[in-house]
Amino acid sequence: MIEGISIQVILTFTTVLFFIGLYGFLTRTHLIGILISLELMLNSEAINFVAVNKYLHPQFLQGAVFSLFILALAAAETALALAIILQVYRRTGSVDVKEVKELKY
Amino acid sequence: MNWENLFALMRNEILLVIAVLALILVDLFTPKAKKKFVIHTANVLFFLFMLWSFVPLPEGTLFGGSFVSKPLIGFFKAVMNVGVMLIMLQAVEWVRKELIPQGFASEFYVLLWSSLLGLDYLISSGDFLMFYLGLELSALPVAALAAFEFYRKRSAEAAVKYVLLAAMSSAIMLFGISLIYATSGSIYFDDILHVNQMPLLELVGFVMMVSGVAFKISLVPFHFWTADVYEGAPTVVSNYLSVISKGAAVFILMTLLFVPLRRYEGTWTLMLWILAVLTMFVGNFFALRQQNMKRFLAFSSVAQAGFILLGVIGGNAMAVKTVIYFLLIYIFSNVAAFGVVHVIAMHSGKENIDDYTGLYRTNPRLSLLLMLALFSLAGIPPVAGFFGKFFLYATAAHKGYYWLVFIAVVNVTISLYYYLLPVRAAFLRRSENPIPYFRSDIYSKLGFAVLAAGLIVIGLYSPLYEYIAQLSQIFQ
Repeated sequence: MIEGISIQVILTFTTVLFFIGLYGFLTRTHLIGILISLELMLNSEAINFVAVNKYLHPQFLQGAVFSLFILALAAAETALALAIILQVYRRTGSVDVKEVKELKY
Repeated sequence: MNWENLFALMRNEILLVIAVLALILVDLFTPKAKKKFVIHTANVLFFLFMLWSFVPLPEGTLFGGSFVSKPLIGFFKAVMNVGVMLIMLQAVEWVRKELIPQGFASEFYVLLWSSLLGLDYLISSGDFLMFYLGLELSALPVAALAAFEFYRKRSAEAAVKYVLLAAMSSAIMLFGISLIYATSGSIYFDDILHVNQMPLLELVGFVMMVSGVAFKISLVPFHFWTADVYEGAPTVVSNYLSVISKGAAVFILMTLLFVPLRRYEGTWTLMLWILAVLTMFVGNFFALRQQNMKRFLAFSSVAQAGFILLGVIGGNAMAVKTVIYFLLIYIFSNVAAFGVVHVIAMHSGKENIDDYTGLYRTNPRLSLLLMLALFSLAGIPPVAGFFGKFFLYATAAHKGYYWLVFIAVVNVTISLYYYLLPVRAAFLRRSENPIPYFRSDIYSKLGFAVLAAGLIVIGLYSPLYEYIAQLSQIFQ
């Protein structure tokens, strides 16, 4: 718990962070940029879990453990997504979303 | 920790991990010229594992409630194993022709089984941590599998779409879970069940969480990835995504809605009502205008997800038994339809509905199986699909959702049109250059025989339905 900062401030901060990530995910045209936005969303949730655990339900460590797992899985997801983006780069010569357009209605 | 208990309840998962490790070792010690041996080993290993999974699992929990085992969960795991076995039988020829020349043999099976392991953990999860881990473990290997045809641009495109959108949906779902944790104070389903207040923050979290699961089932506002990924990915992988992954997601959606989030019943019945109507209409109308068979089956699977919701909306033991029964039939019919598309695409490279013209004259048995599978998906009486759909309607009507049943019947009529298009092309039309005759390998022949028998027998053999009904009494 941090002196002088209430849970509302932290939850507002994480919500803003989450929606910045969501906005970035939807508007970026660079695949790496999308990946960074994704990371932003996942990290906002990790902060959310830790803050909720510390401020509201300090009797168990459920939230803290959950945030550890989020960090590990975010790393795994990024590694796999980077490998696949590399594959896209080899096939199309670009990492722009607008070049990934072969499959559509 | 009671070790005997651990091995008894987690038997399925532990055996699967052992199978994965054993296959990696077999691949390691097989010389490069004899990689075919790895395929046979994988099939035999999985067949033994599948047989073992039919031995009923005891009831109980592990890790303080994180891992739940019930007879119904054990039965559904066995059903998923049967589905994966049938998909693997179709994949043998593809692995031999496409992957072994590239130097891969065991990778396909290891990734497929890892994803199945994730689904096993997902459906027996008892808290949100296990739920999240299972969901991710099932999604990530599939993204790698979708990119497996390295030389094709479409494969990479499907994989990048799947991995990014799956990650985004799981991020939204996680935010919802964190809100539920904030309001209810626990991530365990049992603790959340006993919370009585309904704050608005938790409602927001609940909706965000359901949207993550809805992505997996490809319900309508979250369905945009479905057609692209199914078309671009190797057909075997699309097959896996459309039946096994979707079935497990429906199962866990039922567990979540019926047990920990029961107090939101008024909200989620309205939500499911709207989602079901949207999903059926959008899936059917987009399927009408497809030319590519894989895309066509993708939209048909979106529409089928809408029909499944018709059963889920019931919210009682009857809903559970009809949905599980429908999923069992759906696994058989969709695996058969995708299997026919897969062997035809592999032998002739043709994927469009027009290419199927005159198929009956050159490949009569394949076109018969295609007909059976599409009739089952459409719900035409002698085939199993009719009984599955009928029970779903009965569940919704039992709860008084007559309008929903009416809309579903309208949708079945629409779907009948496009399901009959490939059948008409195959049986009634003559073609100048039909797909030439080819012999399937022994493995896919075996798989097709089982599928054809299953499509007829499951609908007529009523003890199976009664067995499922007896197992689903636990959900009240």
